[in-house]
Parts: sequence; structure tokens; C-alpha cells
Amino acid sequence: MTPESAKPAKIYFFGTCLIDAFYPEAGLAAIRLIEREGVRVVFPPGQSCCGQPAYNSGFPDQARAVARQQLRIFRQDIPVVVPSGSCAGMMKHHYPALFAGTEEEASARALAGRVFEWSEFMVRVLGVRYEDRGAPLRVTWHSSCHALREMKVVEFSKQLLRQLGNVELAELARERECCGFGGTFSIKHPAISGALVNDKVDDIERTGAERVIGGDCGCLMNIAGAAGRRGLPFAEQHLAEFIWERIHGD
Amino acid sequence: MATESFEKRADRALGDAQLRRNFAFAMGNFILKRQAVFSDAAETERLRALGSAIKQRALSRLPELLTQLEAACTRNGIRVHWAETTAVANRVVLEIIQSHAASRVVKGKSMVSEEMHLNAFLASHGIEAIETDLGEFIIQLNGETPSHIIVPAIHKNKAQIAKIFHEKVPGAPYTEEVAELNAIARRTLRRKFYEVGIGLSGVNFAVAETGTLCLVENEGNGRMCTTVPAVHIAVMGLEKVVEKLEDLPPLLRLLTGSATGQLVTTYVNLITSPRREGEKDGPREVHLVILDNGRSRIYQDPQLRRTLQCVRCGTCLNHCPVYTRIGGHAYGFVYPGPIGQILTPQVEGLEKAGELAFASSLCGACEEVCPVKIPITELLRRLRDESYSAAPDGGVPGRGCRQNLVERLAWKGWELLNTHPRLNRLATALLGRAGEYLPPGGPLERWMRYRSQPQFAPRSLHRRIQEEGIPDE
Repeated sequence: MTPESAKPAKIYFFGTCLIDAFYPEAGLAAIRLIEREGVRVVFPPGQSCCGQPAYNSGFPDQARAVARQQLRIFRQDIPVVVPSGSCAGMMKHHYPALFAGTEEEASARALAGRVFEWSEFMVRVLGVRYEDRGAPLRVTWHSSCHALREMKVVEFSKQLLRQLGNVELAELARERECCGFGGTFSIKHPAISGALVNDKVDDIERTGAERVIGGDCGCLMNIAGAAGRRGLPFAEQHLAEFIWERIHGD
Repeated sequence: MATESFEKRADRALGDAQLRRNFAFAMGNFILKRQAVFSDAAETERLRALGSAIKQRALSRLPELLTQLEAACTRNGIRVHWAETTAVANRVVLEIIQSHAASRVVKGKSMVSEEMHLNAFLASHGIEAIETDLGEFIIQLNGETPSHIIVPAIHKNKAQIAKIFHEKVPGAPYTEEVAELNAIARRTLRRKFYEVGIGLSGVNFAVAETGTLCLVENEGNGRMCTTVPAVHIAVMGLEKVVEKLEDLPPLLRLLTGSATGQLVTTYVNLITSPRREGEKDGPREVHLVILDNGRSRIYQDPQLRRTLQCVRCGTCLNHCPVYTRIGGHAYGFVYPGPIGQILTPQVEGLEKAGELAFASSLCGACEEVCPVKIPITELLRRLRDESYSAAPDGGVPGRGCRQNLVERLAWKGWELLNTHPRLNRLATALLGRAGEYLPPGGPLERWMRYRSQPQFAPRSLHRRIQEEGIPDE
């Protein structure tokens, strides 16, 4: 793969609130894989959440306040790499609308233009190549709705997965269907969300995969939670952490 | 309107294994059929952009086009009636029927007539409305409402329909043979077309330029209803008007491809006038009832207006992961699925129907296939914002009805945590150490109904990064 644009000297890493609290290993792996390509990764400590939970729940003022915090922090004109299709989608596609007509509109647009989902950045900008040192493994891939429909980056994630020679990718029968997470939706409508995630777990189970790999920790937490509740053996893992493991032969 | 909450109705639907199987099977088929006719992604995108542009252009000139439509129809001999509310629309229809001293009406499929609850209204005035669309016929026999806007009886499988026919149609044997079931319906309905003097139909598109009413269908019952009886009454929502005849081919292609995966429907009816001098068939009178019912209010708001682009193809229902699991009845209103979730709260108000706007994961599967590119998730968010808005007037009726202290404080707290880095680090540190001892109530309990307890990482990413010495600027 040839990168589409010049390799930047440094980038910002936006860790996302879910990775911060639940999946720090995924964040670290994503950072190390970028650093491995000779790019300096900057992690501003004041960062928090993209604001999507409030934005989707009818609280745009609170969403704006939290998003403003990120606008203030990710100021330099360098790429912002986000290990989540959903959070990247929020920053890239919704910040301009969220700040429309405010004095931050221009900086929101500027930030939106610098946002990359992590796998998109690895493929399109860095053109990475990986050598798989792991033992043969059968995995499946979960596409998050926002990676699929807003960021349209699932192809990049799968390109990375396919570079892993010992990994067999068993695709889901209903890959394009939502896992039922939807942020606060999973709490506002637990039964509907539960029905969706249980169907997703069934689909994963039918692939016979030992692990479900994804690019969005919200979905992964949802899927793993439902599988765990049912006592099913497969584990969930963020793509970055999975790749880090594979190239080190873990 | 149903009296229990959406959540209760959805819970019950989720517990009905047969219902879920019926929907999963039927919707899966519709998705495949649509894919087959829209297999060329670039061409489909071009067509959707064109459809969206046609509807947006028509809506941008809505008042003018409606005036033009009325003039053109009147010139053609179609009598136009305006109805601001469903009550007025019902009265108009009743008066037309009574002016012909009729006691029965044969009906083609019409969602606007469902919106009017016309059948019940006519029944209360001693007039029988006979549904002639096969799906509508089935649910009318069973005393139900449509569960889908295109295929109203889709919640029933073959065996269930066989049972309804056997029990409700005099002399019908029990059979699960589709051809025989069709024959039973045909025998029952065919006579009605000859006997009944009034036919009622919906309208898919009304062409302002020519005063033409376009109606698509697959069973021929629509053509029967609009040509055999002496009087034809067409009912439509005022958003159905388009500028010119040329707009029809792309819109029809989008409508039928999206709805049923057909390149064209079996019948495409273009009705431009009553029977003219020397013509051998057609109704003597054609009436067009144009219903507002909140649409002109929706029209006033440029963002909400996009709701009115809808061509009622139902493909957003077919692709919706929520609809395909709970079915149409759980929504509790005439229009189910994503389109119902954005339309109903605007028409009925947020107090009555606002909860529908929250019953979505915002996955976007609907707007990905919407033939006229309605920004459904954007509109769902708008309705959510309106529900909690403290702004005084305007907007959607019932604005601010969900405001409450608990949620306001919760989101304020969330804001503080995410705008004060020290507080944030303290919170994640605490959760990392003691997250498993969180009180098992509220949101956590709702999460854990279907999932195991989430495991907070002992040390957050922020902390790990500090330890690893990753640069902070």
C-alpha cells in the first residue's frame, strides 16, 4: 500500500473516554504502533471525551462544553488520530454542526479536517506493513456503525487484519447490523439493546472465532458484556492491541 | 394511540418469538430484493441524490405547487378539498359518500386514511369501508392495524393467515396454499368492486403541472377502486405534490426499488380526470382530499421540513435493527419504524410521542438506504434536543417536556468531569480501584440486565501514559 499523503513528524492522539477507563492497553498499543513508524505521538493530558454521549441524548449544551475542551487542547495544525470510528465520526462530522454559528465554528471545522480514525491513519497516511508472528488463530471482525457509515473506514481496518498471515478472518453473516450499543440507548432501552447484542453474539458464535476484533471499544464492551453474561468463551480486543500482540508473537 | 409506554409494548413484542421470526424473515427478504435492484452503488447514489433534489425542490415551492395542483386538478374536473385536520378530512369524505347515499366504500391501500382513522370514523356513521389490498384485507378481517406501511400484514405468516381466512371468511376452507389463499381473497373482493359505488385510494405523487394523481400498486385493486366505482375519492398528505411529470420516473424507480425491490410495479395508475365525454369507463366523479395535519407546521422549519421528503417506501423499516425486532405495532402509532420516529413526535407532539425519538441506537442503517436521503439520525437528535430544551416557544409541540432535575444534574456532572482534568483523573482512579463496588442500581442495573459488569482498568490510559513518558505536547 502506498500512503496517500506525506508522513507527518508528529500527531495528536485522542484516547477516548472508554479506552481511558476500560481499555488502556488498546490505547497504548495504538500509540506504540504509530511511534513504531517514526512518528512522534503527543498525548495532551487535558483531553477527555468527544462529547457524543450528551450530543446523542438531547443535551447539546453539555456536549458543546466538553467538545470545546478538546478544541482548546488539540490546537496545533497536526493530525488527530482517534482509535474509535464513533468518536472520530463525532469530531469529524458533528463538531462543525455542534459549533455552527458560535465563535468556535472555524476551529471546530479546522479540527474536523485533521481527524483520522486510527486504522485509516495507519493505512492511508503511514502505509504500514505488518509481519504476523503469532500462532494460527481464527477471529471475527465487528464493524461499528459509525466506522462503517460515518467514517467509512472499515476497509482500512480489514486491510490491516488481512496483513496478519496466521490470522483467519471469519466474517459475520450480519456484519452491517448494529450491535445495539448506541451509548445511552443501551441504558434507555435495555431490552431492545439486549435483543440486538444477543443476536450479534449469536452471529459471532456461529463463526467459531476465538476472538472478536473491533475498532470501537463501546461496541466491544457491549458484545463482551453480553457474551460474558452468557458464559461464552470468546474474548474481545481492539484492533490495535491485537496487531501489537501479533507482531510480537504473543 | 396506545395507552402503555413504548418500552412496555417493545418488551412484549421482543418476547413474542413467532413475531420476531416473522419480521426477521420478511425484512431479510426485502433487504435482499432491494440490493438486487440497486446493485450499482454509484448509479444508486446518483438516483438518490436526484430523488432528494426533486423532493427538496418541490418542498421549497410547496405553497405555490399546491395552488398550481388545485388549479390543474380543477381544470381537469377533479374536485379538490382542503383539510387542515384529520377530523375535517374525515368529514369531507363522509359528506361525499352521503351525497351519493352510499353505505359502503371499497378502499385501496392508503396510509393517510390510516392516519385519519377513516374506517372507524365511517363505521361510526354506519358506512362500511372495505379494504381491498390483500394485506389490509387480512388485518381488517382480524381487527388489526398495519404493522408496516407497505406490507401491512407482514407480521403474519402463512399459517396465521390461513387460520384467519378459515375463521373469518364465510365458507373458506383451511389452506396454507398461497394461490388458494389469494383465490379466496379475490372471490370475496371481486364482487365488492361491482357492487360498491365509491372507491377510495391514496396518492403516491401528485403532479402540480398536469394535475395528475400517480398511484402504484401490485394487485390491481387500486386500479379497480379508482376506475370501477362511479366515484373516486383520493386522499393525500400535502407533501405528496411534485412539480412536473418528468419528476415521476426517477421517483417511481426509487419508490418501487426501495419498497419491494421491483423495477416497476405491476400497476402504475396516472389519474388526470373523471370519465370524459365518450369514454367507456372511469369514475364519473373524482375528488382529491389534501390533508395537512401538522405538515404545514413542519414545513416552516427548514431542518424538520426534510421529514416531508418521505415517499413512504418503508425501506427504513426493513433496514432498521429495532423495527425488525419489535415490529410495527410496538411503536403504538400509525407510522412505525424510523420514519414514524421522526414524523409522529412532530405531528402528535413530544409529550405524546417523543419517546419514539429515543428508541434508536442512531446506527444510521435507515438513512443509508433512504431513497430521498432524509437525514433521519440528525432529525432524531433534533427531537431529543427539543425534548429537553429549555427554550420557551416554537419548535416541536411539547418542547421541553422531558426536562427533569435528575438528568440535568447527571449531564452537568458529566460535563464537569470531562472539562476538569484533575477531577477526571480522580474519578477514573477511584473507579479503577473500586469500580466493582458501584451500587447495583440505575444505569448500571439496566446495563447488567443483559451484560456482565463492566470492568474498569486498574490504571487509566492517562495514568499509563504518564508512567510511560509519552510526550504531552
